[in-house]
Amino acid sequence: MADRERFVDDAMEHMPSLYTAAMRMTRNSSDAEDLVQETYLKAFRAYDGFEEGTNLKAWLYRILTNTFINTYRAKKRRPEADVEDVEDLYLYHRLVGYGGSNLGRSAEDEVLSRFTDEAVKTAIESLPESFRMTVLLADVEGFSYKEIAGIMDVPVGTVMSRLHRGRGALQKALHDFGLERGLVEAKPL
Amino acid sequence: MTEEGRTGPPSGEWGVVDCEESIHSLYHYLDGELTEERRRELQTHLDHCGPCVAKYEFETELRRVIADRCKDHVPDELRRRVANAIDHERLKSQS
Repeated sequence: MADRERFVDDAMEHMPSLYTAAMRMTRNSSDAEDLVQETYLKAFRAYDGFEEGTNLKAWLYRILTNTFINTYRAKKRRPEADVEDVEDLYLYHRLVGYGGSNLGRSAEDEVLSRFTDEAVKTAIESLPESFRMTVLLADVEGFSYKEIAGIMDVPVGTVMSRLHRGRGALQKALHDFGLERGLVEAKPL
Repeated sequence: MTEEGRTGPPSGEWGVVDCEESIHSLYHYLDGELTEERRRELQTHLDHCGPCVAKYEFETELRRVIADRCKDHVPDELRRRVANAIDHERLKSQS
């Protein structure tokens, strides 16, 4: 059984990543702050039941995800949108080319560095919620497929399929944003 | 795949993994979700295949850019709010 007195020390260090996830999920700072506060309060109340030695960060994310679904998703009754299937290596093909690299490593990195914070945040936030959360947990937080399955309460196969399709959609959204803002040029395919 | 098949490059490719499989496994590799054996097979292919390495490096760098550029700074006010809410909750549970 976990000691509540230790909660503040142990749990607070995860606030930056929880807040980032909350911002991407709610898309506004006021709801994100409320979501983070609610997550910490629920976690504190339930901390007696937290098994020490298991993954505290994953446990906090599970509470955040459930709170988001129950509090914020309930506000809109529409069924969740799906994502369009895009080809593998969507961005690579458009920024580097189908023929492979003739740019060289540093030029490729330079192309990617043109994507600003705003571009990345906007692209992530354009994804439907379940794809967005899955991509955030994997690509930003580095959770394993199994951990994500536990956090989102879905089978590992669902995690893998959401990741595959969500990452494709994210690449397309980044490219679309980049073209619209003139960060990248349209290359003939 | 037989032991014999593992010794030579099938259809002109290096090792038992061809480029199509290599790209198919790209994200599982970057996610650290491949078995050790599969990871080694893929590594053999990558050791000899410049075009695949370029794609792996691109996707690795893309992921770094995504992770770095989507972070938000926690407002000090939120830290205070959460600390106060937990203090309040603690007092409530003690009374």
